[in-house]
Amino acid sequence: MTYLAKPKFHHPELPKNDLGYTHRDYEGTVSTLCAGCGHDSITGAVIQACFELSIEPHRVAKISGIGCSSKTPTYFLGNSHGFNSVHGRMPSVLTGANLANRDLIYLGVSGDGDSASIGLGQFAHSIRRGVNMVYIVENNGVYGLTKGQFSATADRGSKSKRGFINTDNSIDLAAMALQLGATFVARSFSGDKTQLVPIIKAAIEHKGAAFLDVISPCVAFNNHTGSTKSFDYVREHNEAVNRLDFISSRMPIEVKYEPGTVEVVEQHDGSKLALRKLAADYDLNDRTAALGFLQQQAAKGQVVTGLLYMQSDSDDLHSHLATVETPLNALGEKELCPGSAALEKINASLR
Amino acid sequence: MPIQSVNDFVVRFANVNGSGSASANEMFARAVLRMGIPVSPRNIFPSNIQGLPTWYEVRVTEAGHLGARGGVDLMVAMNPQTWDKDLALIEPGGYLFYDSTKPLPASKFRPDITVIGVPLTAICNREYTDPRQRQLFKNIIYIGALTALLEMDVKVVEQLIGEQYKGKDKLIEPNIKALHIGRDYALMNLECPIGLKLKATDKVGDRIFIEGNSAAALGAVYGGATVCAWYPITPSSSLADAFTRHCAKLRVDPVTKKAKYAIIQAEDELSSIGMVIGASWNGARAFTATSGPGISLMQEFIGLAYFAEIPSVIFDVQRAGPSTGMPTRTQQCDLISCAYASHGDTKHVLLFPEDPAESFEFGAQAFDLADRLQTPVFVMLDLDIGMNHRLCKPFTWDDSRAYDRGKVMTAEELEAGKDFGRYLDVDGDGIPFRTYPGTHPTKGSFFTRGTSRDRYAKYTEEGAPYVDNMQRLLRKFDTAKDLVPRPLTANSAKPTKFGVIYFGSTSPAMDEAIHMIEAGGQSVDRMRIRAFPFHSSVPSFLADHDFVFVVEQNRDAQMRSLIVNECNVDPVRLVPILHFDGTPITARFIAKAISEHLDKLKLSPMKVVS
Repeated sequence: MTYLAKPKFHHPELPKNDLGYTHRDYEGTVSTLCAGCGHDSITGAVIQACFELSIEPHRVAKISGIGCSSKTPTYFLGNSHGFNSVHGRMPSVLTGANLANRDLIYLGVSGDGDSASIGLGQFAHSIRRGVNMVYIVENNGVYGLTKGQFSATADRGSKSKRGFINTDNSIDLAAMALQLGATFVARSFSGDKTQLVPIIKAAIEHKGAAFLDVISPCVAFNNHTGSTKSFDYVREHNEAVNRLDFISSRMPIEVKYEPGTVEVVEQHDGSKLALRKLAADYDLNDRTAALGFLQQQAAKGQVVTGLLYMQSDSDDLHSHLATVETPLNALGEKELCPGSAALEKINASLR
Repeated sequence: MPIQSVNDFVVRFANVNGSGSASANEMFARAVLRMGIPVSPRNIFPSNIQGLPTWYEVRVTEAGHLGARGGVDLMVAMNPQTWDKDLALIEPGGYLFYDSTKPLPASKFRPDITVIGVPLTAICNREYTDPRQRQLFKNIIYIGALTALLEMDVKVVEQLIGEQYKGKDKLIEPNIKALHIGRDYALMNLECPIGLKLKATDKVGDRIFIEGNSAAALGAVYGGATVCAWYPITPSSSLADAFTRHCAKLRVDPVTKKAKYAIIQAEDELSSIGMVIGASWNGARAFTATSGPGISLMQEFIGLAYFAEIPSVIFDVQRAGPSTGMPTRTQQCDLISCAYASHGDTKHVLLFPEDPAESFEFGAQAFDLADRLQTPVFVMLDLDIGMNHRLCKPFTWDDSRAYDRGKVMTAEELEAGKDFGRYLDVDGDGIPFRTYPGTHPTKGSFFTRGTSRDRYAKYTEEGAPYVDNMQRLLRKFDTAKDLVPRPLTANSAKPTKFGVIYFGSTSPAMDEAIHMIEAGGQSVDRMRIRAFPFHSSVPSFLADHDFVFVVEQNRDAQMRSLIVNECNVDPVRLVPILHFDGTPITARFIAKAISEHLDKLKLSPMKVVS
């Protein structure tokens, strides 16, 4: 269907958000991915999250690497600047962009080949630095564009479409993000939009490195029996630790919950997350326990989803560097150039 | 006959790395400078923290020849490991200064030099009990002895000690005492002065004394760089260190104490250049500093910046390659890997500063050029300029100078309905307009990618728009020829059919070599190339001369290759003069090589076809 231009008209009574935009204003061009691709559902979730948060589309910078997942930024937020960079290097480009203008929202989109193989180093170091971003990995366990080779997140023992068994151990990016100090870590499933949309919203409002590992089955190369990243497998083994309702700082809490079943967590910007707990003893604020839980469940073949960890008093790279509030790209020669008088003094000190 | 010379000789200090000799030796060079005598010091150091040999050479040159000369007139031999080689370097009639505590057989010396022994270890053992003090003060003691031997103004050294230890005042007195221990020993026990003498003069003028890396970093501050991403690598690390220091002094908001800059020590060079590209894409001025191996790692990203047209500034402080090569030795060996960096058809802008003054100037100008041309700009320093103190003209800055941010479309222009095509050549100079992210709610956004696209940034794999775009990039490169620093020429007094092209750190040696060549009755016209792509005056210079020597510090004549490739000149007319052993090129080398060629060319004139 990709040869059809997307029609511009829409239903006159399409709901509008606080800015007067409909969700159509958050869309991009028509997807060129395969029909039924999990990535398109994630695109839809990003659009819905931005629409519901009433984000001005042009205040978002979308940055990606190379691969199927990295193509998706063209399919959402058509009025945002996008940057499809080089394979595995989205994190460094995003870090640089973030340093230049701290006022935009940075959405980094990557895949499992992009982040767990060629770009494992950049993934790790951007998380370590606490770059203020939403880092989404659209994780399908295979290389789609090159026809179905295993990626580094493919589970050991899982079967490829051609029948090969993966003998390498898999990389759990969410567990790594936890270990590396991410202040917001979640895992979700492209087939579960009700879980994914609030997680994306909370991640956008989070200050610091927010990492989202979204299992997103590849319908062309990794949706068969024997795969651990297929729709059926993930549905059967999905173990959600919580369900999230995101409550913007701009809105009062209206939702009423049964006492004892809900934990309300406040973020840095005043926004609140209402968590309906599914795993009774799961503590959202305990990094080491989260790591342990992930590994225990992974050993049982379970896919743990939900908001796995959050640090409420988080900060980011700009606070570590103590940079000025004005975006660096808005400073001109008046603020940046010390001038000839200072240079004369420097000359004098060099004689 | 011992060498007799006033204000014109070479002193070389042979030390063990990590022995604390560097600051004492540098103090010696500064003291000569304070006496109004130009000096050109060079640090010859190993890739090592402690234990391996290191040398510090000071060329005292009243005539102002700042290139390396070759040969040594006075060797201060403090390293037994390198004794034999050090001794061999001394010019006939030269001088050897050594620690005479342990007697050495006569066979360890040379009959044609003057030997000056001072029992430094014995003196230190007598004066100090602490082993570290014995080590450190030994260096000051030999400087003290040199003040007597060379008839130096000791007050100048005392003053420098005071300046060096300002704030650590309790160190001043013991250092001055050590200085005088050495001086007094020499005055009482040795014949002072020797044939080499220092006589105060006024030849330094208002020149300043600084390393090229520090000057380039200061240029980046003045040029408005706000983002620096780098990965440690010799010999460029001190550039990023200097930027950090300059920013801490010059770029902190006095009220809020907040930084008007961001410096990231990245995990590798790929990440460094990625951050630079991300920041530049988003409208900040950003740079990285690296050396050859870093350039190799950055290749893919450099191609992206070229093709997606993102300004970026890269300081390449060159060292001897290939591979790890000689990491602490100098070369000009990254010309090809920078000029045509990355896969596919690419060409990049290179700037060739000759000294710290131009490192500052080009260091600032690189950001204007990168923004104007929306492309990577390389500032090609080398270890010789970057890591050595060099005397140069003082830095200047015109306060009315505004940064040239290039063609950036504003929200107002977009609102007024101006046509925005990210890759649309509206002015015929090959340079399109860009927008910064976040400029306008509904207009001016575009998708940046390394894949081919049409003039409105829409993805396409069709041949015609691809070719259209690649041709425009060539037009842009043509535009660059008139924007980059122009070559400088100096014609010889007599008309000549011979020319010489040189660049970068070769400059002072070339200037000196010209005197030697002319003294031999030969003449050549000079052209110093300061940038790539070449200005039209380069092909003109080639056309005006039958033969042109191209002097460079690499094996493969990389500048010559660039000239042959870009100027379509018959390679036979370009005579390579190549120096690539890792030491800085010398006037003696250049003069000898060119004179020999000139003799040969005159004996058997070749028919020039062009």
